[in-house]
Amino acid sequence: MRPSPENTQSMQLTKASKHVVRAVITPALMLALGSTAVVAGPDNSTLSIDGETYATDTAPAADSPLPHLYSGWRFRSSETQSLQMDDFENPAFTAVDTGEELWNTVQGSKGKSCASCHGDAADSMAGVRAQMPKWSDALDKPHTLQTQINACREGQMGAESWKWEAENMLAMTAYVGLQSRGMPVAVDLDAGDMQSWSARGKDLYYKRVGQLNLSCANCHEKNFGKMIRADHLSQGQTNGFPLYRLKWGGLGSIHRRFKGCMKNIRATPFERGSDEFIALELYVASRGQGLNIETPAVRN
Amino acid sequence: MANKIKPRVKVPKTATAGEIITIKTLISHKMESGQRKAKDGSLIPRKILNHFKAEFAGTIIFEAEIAPGISANPFFSFNARVQESGEFHFTWTDDDGSIYEAKKSITVS
Amino acid sequence: MSINRRQFITAGTVSTAAVALGSFPYAALAFSEKSQTLIDAFAAGAVPAEGKITLTAPEIAENGNTVPVEVSVESPMSEQDYVTEIMLLGNDNPAPSLATFKYSPASGLARTSTRIRLAKTQDVIALAKMSDGRVFVTSKSVKVTIGGCGG
Repeated sequence: MRPSPENTQSMQLTKASKHVVRAVITPALMLALGSTAVVAGPDNSTLSIDGETYATDTAPAADSPLPHLYSGWRFRSSETQSLQMDDFENPAFTAVDTGEELWNTVQGSKGKSCASCHGDAADSMAGVRAQMPKWSDALDKPHTLQTQINACREGQMGAESWKWEAENMLAMTAYVGLQSRGMPVAVDLDAGDMQSWSARGKDLYYKRVGQLNLSCANCHEKNFGKMIRADHLSQGQTNGFPLYRLKWGGLGSIHRRFKGCMKNIRATPFERGSDEFIALELYVASRGQGLNIETPAVRN
Repeated sequence: MANKIKPRVKVPKTATAGEIITIKTLISHKMESGQRKAKDGSLIPRKILNHFKAEFAGTIIFEAEIAPGISANPFFSFNARVQESGEFHFTWTDDDGSIYEAKKSITVS
Repeated sequence: MSINRRQFITAGTVSTAAVALGSFPYAALAFSEKSQTLIDAFAAGAVPAEGKITLTAPEIAENGNTVPVEVSVESPMSEQDYVTEIMLLGNDNPAPSLATFKYSPASGLARTSTRIRLAKTQDVIALAKMSDGRVFVTSKSVKVTIGGCGG
């Protein structure tokens, strides 16, 4: 069997032993990753949803560190892939239904619903999620879909903002995100200060953190396609978010997944909506430039 | 808006008499198993949908006694032999006594 | 060389037992105690036989929280001969009960797809009861893994 660092299972480590852990675990883990005999790679399945086919890979930008871009869908088991191939079987769609209802519900002091200004979401929201995060002059920082929704709610509707991972926010981001399905990720890195935010995200992406002393790149750039124990490593793309994760038994946001990954490597995670996660979300989105939006996707 | 329990049902709009159709149902529900622990170590109480029923013209065509081992957002796909037009009536029952319903009509020629 | 009496008696016992059970592996299926209790109650005296049931489940479940399965039973589903119930069990779950499905001739087919929770690698067991009281059983082993990061 593949070597596995059993000692990583014990999490009670003293300060002194952290150094030992770093010295022992990191090479052990790298050995586990690097020497596994099972190089599973992305599979060759075709994503077809209710009869329509969607490309799930694309050529990267010239300066991309990745040889080719693959959606996370290509790394999942056939059963998980099937769940995304039918909008009825896809468990995320009850949330999409809720999002549609909310879209048409009057909320807030100004007596408006999203529909009052934006009409039919299929028209007005087409492409919106594909461009997120997007520069905001007003905020002097990038908007994510969540912050944009709240800006509209507070500013235009006089309605209270929703929490990042609240059921309503997940429902609305899923519904709005769905209107970009099949459109390529298209973040604009030239607007405002996007370059410096992207650079900040890039630093975070390549920085080793946590007891396991790993960076995003260690798994998702250097070892995508390989197995880490029983998980099939993807490129860590975000084109499917918000998505239904089998492990969560529900929908979750990009920042939730970022938090989970950081906890897995025993690092103190940043918070949802933090500048760090916004920068990271931007950088990771840019790594997936050109991949089709699959919101709401289904993953493990 | 509080935790919404939303049913989704898929029934073909039309069928021929005697045809066996496929019905799919999904409902958003956490299906709290009663096995999970809260941060303080106490058990989170069980709260699931424990029963599902599909009826047509007063006859039960499919029924499920549901245990906590069924995943969150319970999904069921099953069949029905239709002889005449009518309305399917779907009912889910929560441990707390709440009832959730959905209806879908079918035209049978 | 002739076999001695002990060997002959032992051989006879084994072959008698084999004949009594037939070649059906029901006795060989390793049910947990909890599962056996549920099966006995479901079967109500009938000895579960092999055949008729098709149970589809992944060999490896990507996540134990949501494992898609499908069970179907060969039957004319007529008033004279139909499937009344199908019971699904997770043999090594803390509580093996997953669901019990009830059918009538109006069901057309005794077939159900659903998604189940499996706490660990185990056999998923499906039993079907017919309108004449006969019971059938099958099982499928599903591997449930812990991911690399558990996140």
